Amino acid sequence: LQFEESFVEKKDDLTKLQKDGSLLFQQLPMVEIDGMKMVQTRAIANYIATKYNLYGKDLKERALIDMYVEGLFDLNELLMPYDYKPADQKEQHFATMMDKAANRYFPAFEKVLKDHGQDFLVGNQLSRADVQLLEVILMAEEFQPDILAKFPLLQRFKARISNIPTIKKFLQPGSQRKPRIREEDVPKVIKIFY
Amino acid sequence: MSGKPKLYYFNGRGRMESVRWLLAAAGVEFEEEFLETREQYKKLLQDGSLMFQQVPMVEIDGMRMVQTRAILSYIAAKYNLYGKDLKERALIDMYVGGTDDLMVFIMIFPFLSAEDKEKQRAFIIQKATSRYFPAYEKVLKDHGKDFLVGNNFSWADVHLLEAILMVEEKKSDVLSGFPQLQAFKARMSNIPTIKKFLEPGSQRKPVPDDKYVETVRRVLHMYYDLKAN
Repeated sequence: LQFEESFVEKKDDLTKLQKDGSLLFQQLPMVEIDGMKMVQTRAIANYIATKYNLYGKDLKERALIDMYVEGLFDLNELLMPYDYKPADQKEQHFATMMDKAANRYFPAFEKVLKDHGQDFLVGNQLSRADVQLLEVILMAEEFQPDILAKFPLLQRFKARISNIPTIKKFLQPGSQRKPRIREEDVPKVIKIFY
Repeated sequence: MSGKPKLYYFNGRGRMESVRWLLAAAGVEFEEEFLETREQYKKLLQDGSLMFQQVPMVEIDGMRMVQTRAILSYIAAKYNLYGKDLKERALIDMYVGGTDDLMVFIMIFPFLSAEDKEKQRAFIIQKATSRYFPAYEKVLKDHGKDFLVGNNFSWADVHLLEAILMVEEKKSDVLSGFPQLQAFKARMSNIPTIKKFLEPGSQRKPVPDDKYVETVRRVLHMYYDLKAN
C-alpha cells in the first residue's frame, strides 16, 4: 500500500495540528485515511489490518492475533523509549528490556510456532501479527544482534517473512522505513513534544 | 465447566475492571477466581495459562485469553458492541483508546506515595478536563445522538461511563462544564444491565485500597516503586 508522510519537524508543526482540530486527543500519530483523521495507533492499525485482510478470517483468529499483537506492543513500549532515556538510566533499562524480550516475549512466540508447526502465527496465513513480530525482532536485534540465538523457529520465521516481496522491498534502502533515532536528534524531538 | 467466562485476577479493579464492565453491560454472567497468594500465581504460570506471564486472564469459549484489549475486543465483537462496519469500529477503537489512556493514569494511583498521589490526582484531573472530556463532549455535541457511535450502544459508551465515574471519584464535580457528558452519564447509568452493575452486590469492585495494593505486590513481587506521571 502506498502512503505519503508529513513530518513534524518543529513545535509549530504540532501546535498547528492541535489547533485545527486534526488531533482528537492532541496527540500523534495521526493518519488521514478514507476521509477520516484517525488517531490512536491501535485504532489505525486495526483499521488497516481489517481493510487489507491481515486480521484473520473469523473472531477466534482475531482473538489470537489481538493477544499476540498486544504482547508485541508491550515489548515495543519497552524498546522504543531506550534512545530517549537519560544516560544514567540507560543501562538499567537496557537490561530490563532485553530480559523481557529473551525470557518473556520471544519464548512465547517460539512456542506458538513450535506447537502448530506452521509458517505464520495464526491461521496459516500472513496477518498483522507476523508483520509486527518481524518488526519487533528487527528492533531487538538492533540492540542485541544475537538475541535470537536460542530461538531457531523465530530465526526461520524472520527469514521467511523478510522474503515476502512487499516486506523485502520495505527492508531495502530507499523505502519509507525509518532508522533508529540518532543520539544528536533526541533533544529536538523532546522539545517538540514536551 | 459452566460455559460462563471465568476471570482470573485480584479481588480489585486494576486492568480487569473494564472487562467486568463490558460483560455486565452485555448482560453476560461471569465467574471470578481471585488471586490472593503467590502460589496461585505460580501455579497459573506452571500450567502455561498465562501467555506472557501476566494477568488479566479470561477463560472464554475454550480459550485462555490474556491482554486486556484483546479480551475486550473479543467480547465487544461477540456481543455486538463493536459497531456495524469497519468505519464505526474505527471510531470505537479511537474513543476506547483515549478512555484507556485516561484510566491507566488512575490505575497506578493506589500504588503511589502520599506525596505522589497528590501530584497524580492533579495530573488526572488536568488531563481529563483539558484533553479527554472535551473530545467526547464535542463528539456528542456534533452529532447530537445518545450514543458515541452509530446511534447504537457500543463498547465506547461503556468505557467512557467507566472512565467518567472513576474520575469523579477523584473530583466529584469534574463534569461541571460538560453538559453533554452529564446527560450521557445519566442516560448510560439507566440502561438496565448497567444500572444493575452499579447497584450494591454486583461484581463491580470498589475503589482500590491498601489491602489491594498489598495483595498485588505480594502475588506479583512487583510495583513497589511507581512514580507519578
